[in-house]
Formats: sequence, C-alpha cells, structure tokens
Amino acid sequence: MSKIQYKYSPDNLSISEPVKYDPTKLKSEEMLINIGPQHPSTHGVLRLEVVSDGELIVDVVPHLGYLHRCFEKHAESLPFNQTIPFVDRLDYLAAMNSEHAWAIGVERMLGIENEIPKRVEYIRVLVAEMNRIASHFIAIGTYGLDIGAATPFLWLFRDREIIMRMLEWLSGARMLYNYIWIGGLFYDLPIGFEEKCSEFIAYLRPKLIELQQIIIDNHIFIQRTANVGVLDRDLAINYGCSGPVLRGSGLKYDLRRVDGYSVYPEIDFDIPVGEGKMGTIGDCWDRNYVRVQECWQSLRIMEQCLEKLTKEHKRTRDFDPQALVPKKIRPKAMDFYSRAENAKGELGFYFKTDGKSDIPQRVKCRACSFNNLSILPEISRGMMLADLVAIIGSIDVVMGEVDR
Amino acid sequence: MLSNQEIVEEIASQFGNKVVDFEEPFDLLTFTCQTENLISIVEYLRDHEKLRFRFLTDITAFHNPANTGNELCSVYHLHSFENGIRLRIKVFIPIYNPLVPSLTNVYASANWMERETYDFYGIQYTGHPNLKRILNLDEMDYFPMRKEYPLEDATRNDKLDPLFGR
Repeated sequence: MSKIQYKYSPDNLSISEPVKYDPTKLKSEEMLINIGPQHPSTHGVLRLEVVSDGELIVDVVPHLGYLHRCFEKHAESLPFNQTIPFVDRLDYLAAMNSEHAWAIGVERMLGIENEIPKRVEYIRVLVAEMNRIASHFIAIGTYGLDIGAATPFLWLFRDREIIMRMLEWLSGARMLYNYIWIGGLFYDLPIGFEEKCSEFIAYLRPKLIELQQIIIDNHIFIQRTANVGVLDRDLAINYGCSGPVLRGSGLKYDLRRVDGYSVYPEIDFDIPVGEGKMGTIGDCWDRNYVRVQECWQSLRIMEQCLEKLTKEHKRTRDFDPQALVPKKIRPKAMDFYSRAENAKGELGFYFKTDGKSDIPQRVKCRACSFNNLSILPEISRGMMLADLVAIIGSIDVVMGEVDR
Repeated sequence: MLSNQEIVEEIASQFGNKVVDFEEPFDLLTFTCQTENLISIVEYLRDHEKLRFRFLTDITAFHNPANTGNELCSVYHLHSFENGIRLRIKVFIPIYNPLVPSLTNVYASANWMERETYDFYGIQYTGHPNLKRILNLDEMDYFPMRKEYPLEDATRNDKLDPLFGR
C-alpha cells in the first residue's frame, strides 16, 4: 500500500482559498466581500463570499470545511462505543442529543432497545432536553448579539451556565459529556439532582417570560427580523431543512412525535410552529419564536421526566445503569438508518455493518446544520447586506456539525 | 397509512424489472435500480399523488472493494411527510467509471449532498451544476473515504515531539 502524504507547496495557500467569482469579471457596480472564516457573526468558521451591488446581495457562496475532522473515517475505524466521544464533537452545543441519537441507533441494530430500563430512558430524555434548552439559549442569545442586542446574550449565558454546571455535576464535563452509553448510562443521577432540577425549572420559567419580553416582543427586534429571510414551506422541504427551520416555516414535523423513539410517546408536549405573527410565515422572527416556544416545551418534558424519576422509577440502591452495556457490540450484517430530533433538526446516522467485526463498514452522519445551511444562498439573494447576518443567525448553524 | 407492500406494487407496476432486490430491513423499504432509471424513478416517487416522497433526507455512498464491478454504491433516503414513510434506493456503479445522474433538478437539497459524496468517494454526478469538493481542499487528488486509504496508524512515533506531544 502506498503511503499517502500531503505535500506542502506555497501555491496551496492560494488555491486553498478558492473563490467562485473572479473579481476582475464582476459588473461595474458589484463588489466581492469576504466574510469569515474568523467573524463573530458567522458562528464559527464559516466563510462567505458575497457579491454585493451596493447594499444588495447578488449572490452568497458559503465555503465550508475549515473544521473538517474526518468524523466518518474515524467512526469507520473504531468500535461503536468508542465513537461516542467523537459524536459529542459533532454538535458541541447539544452533545447529549447527538449521543442519544447514536445510542438508540446502535441499540436498535443490536435489538436491545426494548430491554433498556425505563429509568435510563427517562434520564436520557431529561438530560437531552436540558441540553436542547442550552443549545437554543446560545442560538437566541448570539442571534440577539448579532443584530445588536447585548443584554439577552448575557442573561441567557447566565442561565445556560446553570445547565452546564448541572451537566458537569452529572457527567464531569461541561460540554462534551460521553454520558449516554450504548445500553445504558455512565452513571446514575447524582444524589439531589432531581431536586436541583426542579428548582431550576421553577427558576427558569420567569426568566423565559423575561426573555420573551426583552427580545422576542421587542419592537427593534421585530423590525429587524420580521419579513426578513422568508423561507417558504415548499422551499424548506425541497432543500431538506429540518428542526426549528422547518417548523418555523409552518410544518408541524418533529421526529420526537413522528418516530416516537425512547420514551417520548409517553410524554405530553406540543410542537410549536411558526405562524407569521409579526410578518410572513417562515421569516427570521418565526424561527426564533419557535426556539423560545421549544424551550417551554422542553421544560414541560423535563417536569414529566422528573415526576417519573422521583415516583415511578425511583433511585434504588442496586440500580446499575451500566448493567446492560454490551461487552461486545457486533450487529448482524445490515444497513440501518437511525435518526433523532436534535436541537438543530434531524440528525441521522447511516450504518452499514458486515456482521464479522465490531467496526462498522460505513458510518454516515446526516448533519442537520449542513442541510439547513444550504438554503442560505437561496433566501439571502436580493436582501440587504445587514440582513445576511440576521439570516445566518436565524438558521443556527454549528460548524462542528456542518464540517464534521 | 400506506404499507410497504403497496409501495412495492406501485413501483413494480410502473417500472417492472427495472427495480430489483426489494428488502425490508427494520421496515425500511430498500431497492436497487440502474443508473439510467434513477431520475425517472425518483421523479415518479416525488410526483405520485399518493406516495409524495418530497423530502430527500440523505445522499451518501459506500465502497465495498470485494464486490467487483459494483464497488461503489450511491444510497438515497427519501421521506414522505404525508404518509410518514421512508425508503432507500441503492445504485451500484463500478469504481473505474463512477457516473450517476444528478438529482439536483429533482431536489434542491441534492446539490450539497452530491458535492459531499463526490468529495469523499469520487462519484461523478452528471448534470450537477457545480460538482466541486465541499469539505476537503480543492487540490486534493484522492477520495479519502475509499477503503484503500486507511486511517493513520495511531501508534506511529515518528511524529512525537517532546514539547507538544503529537
């Protein structure tokens, strides 16, 4: 086998920063603007090549790959359980949700998904919903910051910090947990976690009302986001959008309800959709409104989980969340596509196994942010340059997941 | 609610023996078709008034060197919102001539997903408007997810650095 070695050449620097448009061939009024990869409002290392005519956007070309970490290649070289830390780093703002998606996928392939204790499932849903709130808080907070509101950003980070500390108490890490294992959990909940969680829910409810008042109902915010970046429902479906972007466009579609994985069928919650209250259905305001409403729903889900965890599926002395963790994870030869509702949309894993080794032959991550980002050129053409920042923020991309 | 059996009958009545290898792993209908029929099948599935597979969930590929003559496979996952049903289409192609028609005129989401699949497997999607690498460097001359490129040996020690580790 020949050795692959990437050769360095000074020319690589010029060709590694490709541009689709040639600056010398633009029309006389047009200008080529490069935004990113190091720019606070691109939410990571997204680079945008913008052709503008005065203040109007003629075209936007996203350039990706600055954070490419070969997730799929690594996943094809490691056993299933050892890939969970890599899964954390896909969507690093909602790592629990990604772990959950991976774990339920592998459990279904092994055929042990019905044997998982209910307590484990409820803990998984509880922590995943906590992380969903944290992820939405970042989305809303940094969105406010992008378009000029600094206060909600600080408030939301203050509240997110409580979630981060609680998850640190739970798993030992603030963002990349490796907590949900295949067939179980790393540890049971720490003693007193349920009570602290109830306190947190009681604490967060008034804060969400405050949030609604300071940013969502704020007149400046509405002026800045309503009727901006309108994403039609059919266009959203055509471009493969999912999550709050698709729900913001008015389609009531949530995999927690549609697929009903884990214990979500036993839990009562609503699916908020964009209604065009302040402008058109599917504008930036709607997408953010859906996120805020989802935080309320997540709180409802957490409450019901805590109810179950403290009454029906109580902590017992001999409960071992690692009891069902399989020693050897070797699914039969099959193709399997598992999916779950992440904070950003439909996170899917396509597995292909041969039944002879512990290592999958193929793992493909269907990243929701990747597909959500692909509508950016379509909905920002013809908008003002300042609205481009508003549109990127409302799509809520995490580059760790786009680039994988 | 449609069952897989009804979908199979619909497809088989329209395309006959152009679609083969019907399977149902985990209730997910899977079938294989030839490259020349792919677009007509997908358009039929999208525009059929009952099936309405409007959502292209995913395009991916895999490489199986043992399957001589059909080393590469392009995999499509479609989803129908109205029926809540999914299906998977596989198209096998030889590695020396990896040509598959592009679905960009059927689904807009195919644009980036086909670029990504091209980037990692080198499948040429004919008719794609901008088939360039999307995640990797443009000047790369190999397709890294193919099986002949293993991951770097984690135990190699020629890159050890006393100050910075690896």
